[in-house]
Amino acid sequence: MHELSVCQSIISQVLEVAKQNKAKSVFKISLQIGPLSGVEASLLEAAFPIACAGTIAENAKLETELLPIKVRCQICGNENEAKINHLLCSACNSWQTELISGDEMLLRSIELDK
Amino acid sequence: MCDTCGCNITDGNKDMLEPGGKLEKTESGHESIEVLQNLLHENNHQATHNREHFDKNQVLAINLMSSPGSGKTSLLEATIDALKGELSVAVIEGDLETENDAQRIRDKKVPAIQIQTGSACHLDAHMAHHAVHELNLENLDIVFIENVGNLVCPASFDLGHHLNVTLLSVTEGDDKPAKYPVMFRGSNLHVMTKVDLLPYLDDFKIENAEQNIRNLANPSLILKVSAKNQQGISEWIDWLKQQINLHRQLLAQGQTLLPKMQSDGTKLHAHEHNH
Repeated sequence: MHELSVCQSIISQVLEVAKQNKAKSVFKISLQIGPLSGVEASLLEAAFPIACAGTIAENAKLETELLPIKVRCQICGNENEAKINHLLCSACNSWQTELISGDEMLLRSIELDK
Repeated sequence: MCDTCGCNITDGNKDMLEPGGKLEKTESGHESIEVLQNLLHENNHQATHNREHFDKNQVLAINLMSSPGSGKTSLLEATIDALKGELSVAVIEGDLETENDAQRIRDKKVPAIQIQTGSACHLDAHMAHHAVHELNLENLDIVFIENVGNLVCPASFDLGHHLNVTLLSVTEGDDKPAKYPVMFRGSNLHVMTKVDLLPYLDDFKIENAEQNIRNLANPSLILKVSAKNQQGISEWIDWLKQQINLHRQLLAQGQTLLPKMQSDGTKLHAHEHNH
């Protein structure tokens, strides 16, 4: 359950941005999560109210965008979507692929009330 | 990891930087601030500083991860014996409830720093930082960080180390890499442990475990080791020495080794941090 640690880190970054922008409250927090980041969006959402209690982000909406897993083949150059434990090239079936999307864990943007 | 040079830009979010793609004022009238910062920004910042401490002293730091009971401490005991008189080792222990593992290491006359965190499921860079400052890094060649026995949470936290090593004991399933892809995808080396037990097990096939690791597009070397009968220990020691040489060569060129923690989709690179 490391999602609570991740949430605490998110809140601390959000509050820093809010302070820099002299915001009164935080309206929305948008995240981007890839399945290979090791972070479960549903667990983040469950931990979020605990992490933001008593802060100006207390009533913020948490929006999570799930990004697809995509790989590029280093043998034939093909690009395809892949499953979390099967990152193979769909064209030539080789495992020598490079992940081009799917391991992100990003704080994308914040909407503030001033 | 940094937030100003664009190394967080991925195929998934690059549209935001294209004309018309960037949000500024929303329909509801709120002000939107684009951040594009890693969710573990503070941890990664601390990790970078930890790595600088290691690099300044030419110390290679290795994060040892596995499920509980796969033999991390036994492998470390065998490693310490094999390196005696040749390389200086210290261990940072993430055994959170007892001092048992640290005591086993200290019995080998090697410094072991216990990280006390109660019931945390992983180590993070801040915890590692306290331990780093308790070590005399200038006298060391390798620091092993024995992470909490857990195949999920430790995979996401950069501690400031250089390499991830994941152990898989043959008494576990050979499908563990398929079940825990984040951990096994990010490993620089896989060590199959307790291989002396293989003759007694009909359901663990090394080649299945290897196929499951390749399915994660991971080209890592896979070693077969028994700390009990010393099988594979010399290959493990050779790998460690190669990595020490590689790390020192990189340091001489002003670079370092970075562990694979969520680092592909996000285009990570080593560069000067001025904050």
